[in-house]
Amino acid sequence: MSALSKSPWVIHYDASSCNGCDIEVLACLTPGFDVERLGVVNTGNPKHADIFLVTGAVNEQCREVIRTIYDQMPEPKVVVAVGICAATGGIFRECYNVAGGIDSVIPVDVYVPGCAARPEAIIDGVVQALGVLEKKQKERAWVRN
Amino acid sequence: MNPWLSALLYILAAPVVGGLLAGCDRRLSARMQSRPGPPLVQPFYDVLKLGRKENVVARRSQNHYILFFLLLVVFTGGLFFAGADLLLVIFALTLAAIFFILGAYKASSPYSFIGAERELIQMMAYEPMVLLTAVGMYLVTRSFAVADIAGHPALLVTSLPGVFLGFLYALEIKFRKSPFDLSSSHHAHQELVRGITTEFSGPALAMIEVAHWYENVFLLGWVYLFFAAVPWLGLLAALLAFVAVILVDNVFARLKWQTALKGAWLVTLVFGFGNILALALFAPEKHQARPAPVAVAVADPSGEKPAEH
Amino acid sequence: MRRPLGGRCIESKGQRLLNIILALILVPLAAGAGMLFFRNVIGRRILAIAALLAVAGLCGALAWAPAPNGAVTLPASPHAISLVLLLAGSAISVYLFIVGWRRRDPLLVLLVLAQAGLTTWFELGPGAHAVAAQPLYVDRLAVIMALINGLVGGGICLYALGYMREYHETAHRDVPDRRPLFFALLFGFLGAMFGLVFANHLGWLLFFWELTTLCSFLLIGYTQSEEARRNARLALVMNLSGGLAFAAAVAWLYRETGVIELQAMLAVTDRAFVLLPAALLCFAGITKSAQLPFSSWLLGAMVAPTPVSALLHSSTMVKAGVYLVLRMAPLIAGTGVGLMVALVGAVTFVVASFAAITRRDAKRVLAWSTVANLGLIVLCGGIGTAEAVWAGVLLIVFHAVAKGLLFLCVGVVEHKLHSRDIEAMAGLVQRMPRVAVLMQVGMAGMFLAPFGMLISKWAVLKAVVDASPVLSVFIVFGSAATLFFWVKWMGKLVEVVTPAEPVAREADLGEAVALYGLGLATFLACLLFPLISSRLIVPYVAGVFGPTGALMGQGNVIIMVVMMALVLLFPVAFLDRGRGVRTAGAYLGGANVAGSMQFRGLAGTVQDVAIENYYLRGVLSEDWLASRGVMTATVLLAVMFILARP
Repeated sequence: MSALSKSPWVIHYDASSCNGCDIEVLACLTPGFDVERLGVVNTGNPKHADIFLVTGAVNEQCREVIRTIYDQMPEPKVVVAVGICAATGGIFRECYNVAGGIDSVIPVDVYVPGCAARPEAIIDGVVQALGVLEKKQKERAWVRN
Repeated sequence: MNPWLSALLYILAAPVVGGLLAGCDRRLSARMQSRPGPPLVQPFYDVLKLGRKENVVARRSQNHYILFFLLLVVFTGGLFFAGADLLLVIFALTLAAIFFILGAYKASSPYSFIGAERELIQMMAYEPMVLLTAVGMYLVTRSFAVADIAGHPALLVTSLPGVFLGFLYALEIKFRKSPFDLSSSHHAHQELVRGITTEFSGPALAMIEVAHWYENVFLLGWVYLFFAAVPWLGLLAALLAFVAVILVDNVFARLKWQTALKGAWLVTLVFGFGNILALALFAPEKHQARPAPVAVAVADPSGEKPAEH
Repeated sequence: MRRPLGGRCIESKGQRLLNIILALILVPLAAGAGMLFFRNVIGRRILAIAALLAVAGLCGALAWAPAPNGAVTLPASPHAISLVLLLAGSAISVYLFIVGWRRRDPLLVLLVLAQAGLTTWFELGPGAHAVAAQPLYVDRLAVIMALINGLVGGGICLYALGYMREYHETAHRDVPDRRPLFFALLFGFLGAMFGLVFANHLGWLLFFWELTTLCSFLLIGYTQSEEARRNARLALVMNLSGGLAFAAAVAWLYRETGVIELQAMLAVTDRAFVLLPAALLCFAGITKSAQLPFSSWLLGAMVAPTPVSALLHSSTMVKAGVYLVLRMAPLIAGTGVGLMVALVGAVTFVVASFAAITRRDAKRVLAWSTVANLGLIVLCGGIGTAEAVWAGVLLIVFHAVAKGLLFLCVGVVEHKLHSRDIEAMAGLVQRMPRVAVLMQVGMAGMFLAPFGMLISKWAVLKAVVDASPVLSVFIVFGSAATLFFWVKWMGKLVEVVTPAEPVAREADLGEAVALYGLGLATFLACLLFPLISSRLIVPYVAGVFGPTGALMGQGNVIIMVVMMALVLLFPVAFLDRGRGVRTAGAYLGGANVAGSMQFRGLAGTVQDVAIENYYLRGVLSEDWLASRGVMTATVLLAVMFILARP
């Protein structure tokens, strides 16, 4: 494992979530689960982040925002869609204002299902995202050389 | 020790020591928050990761300032450990900090701008105390040279208790820790997003982090200077100061910048200036000027003396 | 002649020196008079450039002249010249009296009458038989001041040629075009400054002093607007009170000691006799250099066109005030008078530095900064040790160059952007790249290591700590404040929120030559400061105080040079043209609309990104600072006079 997977910095964004999944994400940071021992830091700044943790479905207000934040993140980056709404639109899928899951806007690497997704699942999702991150880093290095 | 050797040792060892200190910081803070925290070498993982990320910027030339920030911080620390003039060391550090601030201004984004302005306010807050520390050390040892101060036979802190306390206060500001983390925060505080470092990514951010490590080692070296007469005491004091800084960081919330500024000046006046006043008034025998050093590169005065006093 | 070398050899060297300084005084004065007769622009330009070249050549000759040992003999009798100067001075007084009478200004009339009366009574009465063996005196301090006046002042006059054309043709068409008078005054002032620094006879010094007061008055009131007239009157009143104190000093000094010359005054053995005249002369210097409580005239003088602000009110005329205080330094060192003078300077430094933080008007910030730096020099003069005077002279050199450059840049920016507001200078690196870089050089020269002012600040701190450590508290606080307002201005220049097109033509030829010249001078002064120090300043200080040890160790000099080299490498980093980075917008919460310039706000509206500097108006108040400063300084001056009583 390279330094990349030992220091995954996260930007946590709530697209149109009911905040259920967000609370679970924040629970991961509390002493109960303490993802900081894995090196995770919740930066809140795309330019500092490796992992884009998104909750909630996509609506008109957040469509461009998601794209902009994703664009401002430096490579290599992964997207983790937390919760069923982020994955497919969840129970709001048929609503007039919901465009669907996050993957209708940006490429998603890891889906963490659940309503709300449990902290253990979220951590597992992040760990899997680290694997994807490693792979992307290797590809990037190969492309550069 | 040969000054060049000391400087070289600093340049090579400071990142390692600084990184470990940063790791201790995170681990201690975590323990204070009842959680295990990251491994001690986590900052190294962070920097190595950042070094290999893409360099995303808001404006093309902003990272140039960061490079010079790093270079000048290393230069400052090198000067300090080589034993050079303390005032010049302070001024070099100021120059480095200004490059950092200008880089944030260059990024032209609201958050980096606020961070830059607040970093400036922080500088305005601690600069008087830092300069008074140098003045205080001069008053006791009659020299601005770090080498002379380190070699002084007496324990400086006994003549400079007020200055030492004021310096510790300024140290909290210089470490950018609560309650003075006005311009950015090492922890996950996101009120200003990342403040002054918002628009820097990848290698530039890694440089900032490493520069902060160099700076921290230099600052703890300065704490050591107060106890330099008894080296093991100095090392202990430096470590204790570091732990105290972390403790205060975890206990206090961030101050408003107005309060931080006025508080810092008040401490400077009461403790720093008070100490210097006491030294000037009650230790006049210390003010006999040392014999002037041998003249260097002084042109012949050409006998121009219209008046003999 | 003092050196027992070949008599003729010395005499011809002395003669050459005399010719140089006479030419330096008379050429600008003549050029100034000539300006009044040339009605067309081309003629004035030719005359100006010819005069400036002559002055530059003479300055070069002065710098290369063998070590001046002071004495120069004049062709005409000093008494005759004194009489001529008295007549000229009376003419000035008559003119000012009429001005005061017409404006129904009792204070002005009173001051003119008092000063003219005192001077005339003295010159015709008790002082009529005053013997002045060396009415003109050239030592290294005079040479430094003359070089500053000639080179920096000359550059500013060159700049003024193009600046005033744009001033009248484009920027301020409503102002009546009185350019012949303007340039006459500018050049006349140059000549007056040369006279001032070379004069040893105090009566002559006073004449040139008053001549500069007159030039300042007329130039501040150049636009003839209500505000200009008001500020010109304020400057006149304050400087006249300084002149009155000067005249009183001369009369008292002669009465007590029979001495009429500056160098002889410095040689008087019993200090008690000269303390009061020295205090009076320091008072005159304090008014001339706009120290508290007399700072408001300099702030008000910013209403004048930029060359006036640069020449008179930062680089040269105000330097005459601190020059006089530095001359007095050996007399007041270690006395209560010296302490009071030092405190006035120190308080001014702190107050002015903090006041500068709160202002947005670029020229006002520069004015406060000027007052602050002059305060530092006055502090050095008040302390009066060899180290302090060395630091003070260094400050004079570096400040004149850097501040002159800054004023000239602001002038050009004002013409092209039609604003003096610092906030309007956002992104200047894009709109006027060359001027922006020069401005940054000037600002760096004002406070940043390893540039000149930083060296001076190091020197001042060292001198203060050696002599009077308690005063260091003023320096450290003021220094922190200067840091704040310079860096936020520098940041404003580089931040580019709204990309804009570069301005078509940043400056015309004369302006560009002056700007680049002063920019180069800022660098050179810093790089060559060991040379300047060892060849000019240290010998002067050694001459006045006795031989001194190294004032700045060689190790420190090397460190400064290395720092300068590092800083000079900075532009090299820009050569990569931003390769290797990817630009994404600034972080605006992801709501970026057009790059980084706008964001999506409430209810779908689009809002502009706006960034304005902190002016700390909630914490600092310029009025409060100024009023407290005036009160404190007035008390200090009162104490100074009490302590100076014989």
